[in-house]
Amino acid sequence: MNSAWSSFDFVLLWTDALIFALVAGVLVLVFFIRRQEHLRAPWRAVAQRPMAIGAALVLSVFVVIGLLDSLHYREKMPDSPADAPHYSVDVLSVFDALVGDLRTQQEKTYSEPMAMQLYAKEFVQRDGVAVREYPRLKFGGSHLRHASEREPDITRRSLIGLAQGLAVSLLLFGLLAAWQARRAQNSFGEWFMLWGEGRLDWPGRTVAVIVMLLLMMGGLLIHLAAAYHVFGTDKVGQDVLYISLKSIRTGLVIGTLTTLVTLPLAIGLGIAAGYFRGWIDDVIQYVYTVLNSIPGVLLIAAAVLIVQVYVESNPDLFDTAARRADIRLLALCLIMGVTSWTGLARLLRGESLKLRTLDYVEAARAFGVSHSRIISRHIFPNVFHLVLIAIVLDFSGLVLAEAVLSYVGVGVDPSMHSWGNMINGSRLELAREPVVWWQLGAAFTFMFTLVLAANLFADGVRDAFDPRQGGRR
Amino acid sequence: MNALLNVDKLVTAFGRGDDALRVVDGISFHVAAGETYALLGESGCGKSMTALSLMRLLPDGGHIASGSVQLDGQDVLALPEFDMRGVRGGGMAMIFQEPMLALNPVIKVGTQIAEALELHQHLTGQAAWDAARALLDSVGVPDAERRLDSYPFELSGGLRQRVMIAMALAGKPKLLIADEPTTALDVTIQAQVLEVLRQLRTEQQMGMLLITHDLGVVAENADRVGVMYAGELVEEGARDAFFAAPKHPYSRMLFEALPRPGDGGRLTTIPGQVPGFDNELQGCRFAPRCPYAIARCQSESPDWQELNGQRVRCHLAAELPVRIERELTAHAKSTQSEEPLLQVDGLKVHFPVRRGFFQRTVGYVRAVDEVSLSIQAGRTLALVGESGCGKTTVGKALLRLIEPTAGTVSLGGETIHVNNAATLRRQAQMVFQDPFSSLNPRMRVADILLEGMDALCVGAAKDRHEVMTQLLRQVGLPEDAGGRYPHAFSGGQRQRIAIARALAVSPQLVICDEPTSALDVSVQAQILNLLKDLQDSLGLAYLFITHNLAVVDYLAHDVAVMYLGRIVEQGAAADVLSSPRHPYTQALVSAVPRIEAQTGQRIIRLAGDQPSPLNPPQGCHFHPRCSHASEACRQTFPDPTLLDNGHWVRCHWVAAQS
Repeated sequence: MNSAWSSFDFVLLWTDALIFALVAGVLVLVFFIRRQEHLRAPWRAVAQRPMAIGAALVLSVFVVIGLLDSLHYREKMPDSPADAPHYSVDVLSVFDALVGDLRTQQEKTYSEPMAMQLYAKEFVQRDGVAVREYPRLKFGGSHLRHASEREPDITRRSLIGLAQGLAVSLLLFGLLAAWQARRAQNSFGEWFMLWGEGRLDWPGRTVAVIVMLLLMMGGLLIHLAAAYHVFGTDKVGQDVLYISLKSIRTGLVIGTLTTLVTLPLAIGLGIAAGYFRGWIDDVIQYVYTVLNSIPGVLLIAAAVLIVQVYVESNPDLFDTAARRADIRLLALCLIMGVTSWTGLARLLRGESLKLRTLDYVEAARAFGVSHSRIISRHIFPNVFHLVLIAIVLDFSGLVLAEAVLSYVGVGVDPSMHSWGNMINGSRLELAREPVVWWQLGAAFTFMFTLVLAANLFADGVRDAFDPRQGGRR
Repeated sequence: MNALLNVDKLVTAFGRGDDALRVVDGISFHVAAGETYALLGESGCGKSMTALSLMRLLPDGGHIASGSVQLDGQDVLALPEFDMRGVRGGGMAMIFQEPMLALNPVIKVGTQIAEALELHQHLTGQAAWDAARALLDSVGVPDAERRLDSYPFELSGGLRQRVMIAMALAGKPKLLIADEPTTALDVTIQAQVLEVLRQLRTEQQMGMLLITHDLGVVAENADRVGVMYAGELVEEGARDAFFAAPKHPYSRMLFEALPRPGDGGRLTTIPGQVPGFDNELQGCRFAPRCPYAIARCQSESPDWQELNGQRVRCHLAAELPVRIERELTAHAKSTQSEEPLLQVDGLKVHFPVRRGFFQRTVGYVRAVDEVSLSIQAGRTLALVGESGCGKTTVGKALLRLIEPTAGTVSLGGETIHVNNAATLRRQAQMVFQDPFSSLNPRMRVADILLEGMDALCVGAAKDRHEVMTQLLRQVGLPEDAGGRYPHAFSGGQRQRIAIARALAVSPQLVICDEPTSALDVSVQAQILNLLKDLQDSLGLAYLFITHNLAVVDYLAHDVAVMYLGRIVEQGAAADVLSSPRHPYTQALVSAVPRIEAQTGQRIIRLAGDQPSPLNPPQGCHFHPRCSHASEACRQTFPDPTLLDNGHWVRCHWVAAQS
């Protein structure tokens, strides 16, 4: 055991640390919200909206992949001495270990999705004669003897994958039904009736259908990816499915860490401006007006370039490529956070301006309650719903912003997998003849799914927190 | 009699099937041409929903479930929506409570009226403009030509309401529905608007459906009265008969809950509150709050019965005891000549008006100008005036919630300045007007009550919980109230919480800023009784800020009348209200609608509106509206003229007389 343990060197990147801090923070927040009736009630309403809960399930798949991809380590070199081990320069993650060969099965260059040959003809030596043909892939479909076997094989694998996914989901559903029925002390049949008619106190049908679809999709991918490149390969022959999955972490990091930078600025400055008014308000307003009038891309480009120069001039601080890419990602989050707090701050300022004139704040002032206490007990709890809505709404915007920035060339490190980099790369591929479309397609599909899920979830959250919507759903 | 409007068993419901909330439940009445029919009731009784059902303008989710509405023989409910548009405005027109919200702020008044004229009378261009001016003239808008060219925000509340009336009249409606037309207005303006409505009704032979909660307004304007309770009509009758002898227990209790002049006793309160429509309503809807209820009331809904020309729905209407006149007890006059608890001298609050790039101060809004007051322990001083006269600002400046510009405030013999504000906070507290905005919705009641004690370090921390329970008992709330959030309470209960919060630091002076104006009559009575009880048991002094003279009469020992930031008359409550001397006080007192038979007192109509405190008139602020104004009034602000018994007035006219 000990020897197996010491064959890894755990690597804690900056963003990893922040992500886990964020997870801890979210758990604390959940604990806090559970105790506050006025905050718990809207979340319960969110959980009762089929659309929101479905989106949340899809989001959670992304989050799990992102978290698995944030546990980093380095493998020990096989020939290194035991007392002074050398570790590989490649920083891997638990996710890499789970997907196994997907990372290492590298082809020569482009190949179409589900293909068994390369995309372009090459000269191949066959029986001493140079022939120009589509060479077979090293891994994709390598178990097939003949091209005619491909389609039956794909169908067979798809059906097995779908069937397994269905079986697992039915098993899970059975367990859930048994547990629920026992808890409600119903018979199994009664619970099933309630479920079928949609009369449970949570959207049971939606959850069951979404989980089933997700599991079937998972089964399909597992079985196909074992033998084929499901989304094809890119210029250097890397599996596009793998790249897309790795990009999830980048997207999530950008979306969440940026928010983490934004929040203290937006909440602190926004409430301070609205509550204290006078010169404090003036100063804060000038700051965000100035910040708003400089194009964000300009600031971001400048900051990213500065970080890059810093990294290059201090190579000893960043021993691996992963660390270098990581610090650039972190810098990107920071600078995007610094440029994007103004919207929420302005919103909170307006709300605080309104709240400070309300009678209960006046009453607190009549008791001589201190400013910090008024802000923490009277103002902040009454703007908290705005903060929650803003977090969820901003998230998808930030994921999209990353794609745009990487496309422009001031986004994440080119060596880092991200949807923006994929789109950037496909700029030239689209100009080829015949067109290489799958890299763009894959990036689009993943980003679309994540952003759509986040937006639907945000809609649900906003509706639940909107007092005018009342109990309607 | 051929009725203009005939409503038969109208049922309006929200939602369908078993869950439907029947907000209007089978009401029938009729209105004749030239007649005013008043629908009376507390908030939440379904009065406004009735009006909206007649117009078929129900909010989302509401629908008319059954019944019929006939206007001039025409079945309104059967009309297609296209024809209904002709009926709205043409057949019946509606005036709303809040004139600012009912007028489009970015369109000129004249254009808005002309639009209605074009729709209903097909007038365009100059003809429409002339007709609009004639309409404004007819509703008593001075200088109508110029007003046509103004935007709604340039007009005062009273003028806006008159513009609304003019718009409603543009289609020459046969029936005018007035939904609380004067509730948002001051008494002197209310008197003007009601006068206009009365005149129009007689001139144009319109039918009028007047919806209000104010018995005084009903008494002065209605021909017949219908009392609504929880979606049903419970009593109907001619005005005089109704006011002489209301038959339904609910109507009776409404009368008894009303504070009246010369009344020192406890007010009768109706326990509980109007039931929500989501509750199961069985039997008589008033039974749970009715002191006379018998077993039959719980199970069987009473039918209409006729008693001396009045119709009433009550099993017991014929057997109820004769109304007991409330015994009038004089105020327990506490001995005077004590040192005043609160002494205010020359209080000024001026807000600078800044303009331009460098925010230079170009002038001051003199919200409060040279106000001097004193209150002895255990007594109540009422500060009376119309909205915008600065009375709330006085209250807030006393607590230094607004920093006063000048003047001294001494409390218990100690002059208050910035450094000893903590003393002040312990001795004086405030109760606010709106019980919904004065409690933080995110805090439990216990935390709300403890906040003051924590901040001012009152009592030992371990005793505070005990104190809190006692406070809740004192204001008549259940002891488990501490664990709940404010939204679980009704308006009256919330106001009790607000009072308990003020009392938590055991102050000697409580500043009550219109504490009952957002409440219904029956709940107002509960709160007034509570305030009086607390004064008796704790010896509190109140500074009672209000515009409701009836409440002043009931609660106050002394009255100070404010006009445009200055006190114009002050004295014992009985003296000031029974024989007001200042022309403004006289107008104010005469404008209050009263339910007693008129004593021949003429309403003194004030011309125009209260001027802006930014640019008050020279000399006596009241002179532009005063019928007794002389040259001296335009020149100099009058000095106080002392009358008997500590009663003084600032008026040249009174000074010249005495």
